[in-house]
Amino acid sequence: MTRKHFLILMILMVVACALPFLVSNYRTFQLTLVLVYAIALLGLNILTGYNGQISLGHGAFYAIGAYTAAILMDKLGAPYWATLPAAGAVCLVAGFLFGLPALRLEGLYLALATFALGVSMPQLLKYHRLEAWTGGVQGIVIAKPEPPAVLIDAGLPINADQWLYFFALAVAILMFALGWNLVRGRVGRALIAIRDQHIAAEAMGINNALYKSLAFGVSAMYTGIAGALGAITVQYVAPDSFNIFLSIVFLVGIVVGGLASISGALYGALFIQFIPNIADEISKAAPWAIFGVFMIGFAYLMPTGVAGAIRLLLTRRRSP
Amino acid sequence: MLLEVSGLHAAYGATRVIHGIGFAMEEKSITALLGANGAGKTTTLRALCGMVKTEGEIRFRGERIDGRSTEDIARLGIAHVPDGRGTFLNLTTEENLRLGAYTRKDRAAVEADLERVFGYFPQLRERRAQQAGTLSGGEQQMLAVSRALMLAPKLMLLDEPSFGLAPLLVRELFGILRAINERERVGMLLVEQNAAMALDLADRAYLIETGRVVLAGSSSEIKSNDAVRRSYLGY
Amino acid sequence: MDAFLHQVLAGLATGGIYASLALALVMIYQATHLVNFAQGEMAMFTTYIAWSLINAGMPYWPAFLLTVGIAFIFGILIERIVIRPVENAPVLVVVVVFIGLLVILNSVAGWIYTYTIKSFPSPFPAEPLFGIRYMSAHQLGAIGVTLAVLAALYVFFRFTPVGLAMRAAAQNPVSSRLVGIRVGWMLALGWGLAAAVGAVAGIMIAPIVYLDPNMMSGILLYAFAAALLGGIDSPGGAVLGGFAVGVLENVLGAFVIGNELKLSVALVLIIGVLLVKPSGFFGKLHVTRV
Repeated sequence: MTRKHFLILMILMVVACALPFLVSNYRTFQLTLVLVYAIALLGLNILTGYNGQISLGHGAFYAIGAYTAAILMDKLGAPYWATLPAAGAVCLVAGFLFGLPALRLEGLYLALATFALGVSMPQLLKYHRLEAWTGGVQGIVIAKPEPPAVLIDAGLPINADQWLYFFALAVAILMFALGWNLVRGRVGRALIAIRDQHIAAEAMGINNALYKSLAFGVSAMYTGIAGALGAITVQYVAPDSFNIFLSIVFLVGIVVGGLASISGALYGALFIQFIPNIADEISKAAPWAIFGVFMIGFAYLMPTGVAGAIRLLLTRRRSP
Repeated sequence: MLLEVSGLHAAYGATRVIHGIGFAMEEKSITALLGANGAGKTTTLRALCGMVKTEGEIRFRGERIDGRSTEDIARLGIAHVPDGRGTFLNLTTEENLRLGAYTRKDRAAVEADLERVFGYFPQLRERRAQQAGTLSGGEQQMLAVSRALMLAPKLMLLDEPSFGLAPLLVRELFGILRAINERERVGMLLVEQNAAMALDLADRAYLIETGRVVLAGSSSEIKSNDAVRRSYLGY
Repeated sequence: MDAFLHQVLAGLATGGIYASLALALVMIYQATHLVNFAQGEMAMFTTYIAWSLINAGMPYWPAFLLTVGIAFIFGILIERIVIRPVENAPVLVVVVVFIGLLVILNSVAGWIYTYTIKSFPSPFPAEPLFGIRYMSAHQLGAIGVTLAVLAALYVFFRFTPVGLAMRAAAQNPVSSRLVGIRVGWMLALGWGLAAAVGAVAGIMIAPIVYLDPNMMSGILLYAFAAALLGGIDSPGGAVLGGFAVGVLENVLGAFVIGNELKLSVALVLIIGVLLVKPSGFFGKLHVTRV
């Protein structure tokens, strides 16, 4: 990473840490969700942006992560921070398992299969035989985590919303750093090679099957962790919040933010969190119409998303 | 003048393949474009049909057709028998033939043409209800030529009609082409690697090498040219 | 036995709807090798238009015909304006555009008509026809209408010049241009027909599932399953697949897994077919050349 990049990152970090003390609790809550979505989008991007496997069903993994956290906290009394690794593990396995049969599906067929997954998820969550665990149609309510006693005793005036924000920030930084490393290294290059020329990649000795399933697993893990974090933030899980439109929202996020881009996940998250709030003023249906227009618009005009546009701007200014 | 081409350049994407080809054809004549593999002969035919990006002038009966779409050029009366025959494999023989006449309005004439085509190629009549993909190579070639005829064209472009056919079949096909040219008064532009057969059929010939015309003349002149005899006719 | 027969017949009725939608999907796939994710929302939107016409006082069958005509034009416009620019774009871009279309149609319908569920009239009488106890008149009528539409399409494609040209354009656009077929317009026509068929499907199923912007997502899933089962490039297969899926859904739902998990049947079917026989029962295997 260049010195300039490092500097920008440090400035961003300072701003991010200062924000919760400068804005209202509700705003802090919204920013926490931005971090949650950023992690989810990074997950989807690893699969779709870097590895070219289209998923219209990532809402399902988000749901699995969310419900894992809710069930662990509500039924088993687990501490909130422990649910994240658990959700990650469950989704890693779930994603990998889904990725195995998905190996034989390309492009549109994979999109179809994942679309089916996304559409059928709410029904699965409402299934009466699982009601004892999932809470059925009503869902599960989760208690809000309190800031650790140690900080209160030290006299630091931090409330629950702010604490949750910093927790999410820490998780996000960790996941982004991991992701950045993954994408820059051998694994990332293999994923991209498979995306661009999968037959040549296989011929060069890359084990396509392994990498593609792994990509699914890792991608699901990210989104699952995001789901758990999201559940804790919103303090509630219910089947109908995890329908096909959640998966579509994620797709919008990576398209607008920028495919195959780490920073794109953040831009996309900002977009999907704040645009509906602004659009809600117009009408209940408006956010979706705007999403749709943006999707089509970006597909035509800015296929590399906001991140790509920024990159283009920067490189153009650098060349004389 | 049936066809006048001047200063034709063509490219596939960024790669230029034809560098300023020019030639002309009279009505009802048969002209051959000869040359080795990769010389640009197929590309020339594609350029005439608007299937590749071109610069330069192409005039069909005095009207400029460069830059127009393939469908429009076909509707003007230019029938292209493409490289690989372009058969509609999943449709029947008869459906393939009727598609050739898709743009024509004169139903009675179309039926008459169908009969005439079966007259030239009786094997097609036998196989009219058969799926075109099940026809042999030679039969598919006859089908391709027939489909072009069903357009009632003024000019036929034939891309390597001898390809993959046994010499006896080629002789038979070329004989029928000569008959079609005389009876239907259709001009033919023939692209061929089989120079000997092509020169027997054609009135005029142009030799193309790496996208340029290097020799032009009547087919008897070309046949007697020493260099051509050695490089392309093998003796 | 009675109950079983009832489920099978009901399954055939909904199966006819799935068959129609599956056919629309296959028509577009054959011509473009693209799966129209927005097919369900297009059908839903045009059904709302029919509702508006009937609500404004137009009698049922004229409203039906007018809606089908509007849907036809709507389909052509969508192909020319929205889809054409991305016809040759990478798969992800195309999927994004389709999903965008889905989302816009869904939200505009919700905005104009609100999300309150509305009832939709049936042109068929309330008492069972011909004294058949196992099916309502509407179910029987729906099967009849579906079969009529499918038969009309078959005749169109097999026996008319335009139908032949459309089949040619779908199979071999290059050769089609060489005989003068305007391939672009054939594509638009295909979309128009698919949209019209979708409108019929929507109008037939609305009395059963009630009209609401989200009515089609589950049905679309079944149509996908049907199209894949029959072979994504086989119209006949799609139709058979549709009826099969309808019966399967009802029978499994009533006797095996309960009505709650019916959508999961579609999911399992889709994944199963894609894994075991991706070309479906009647489709052709595609070989990718390296």
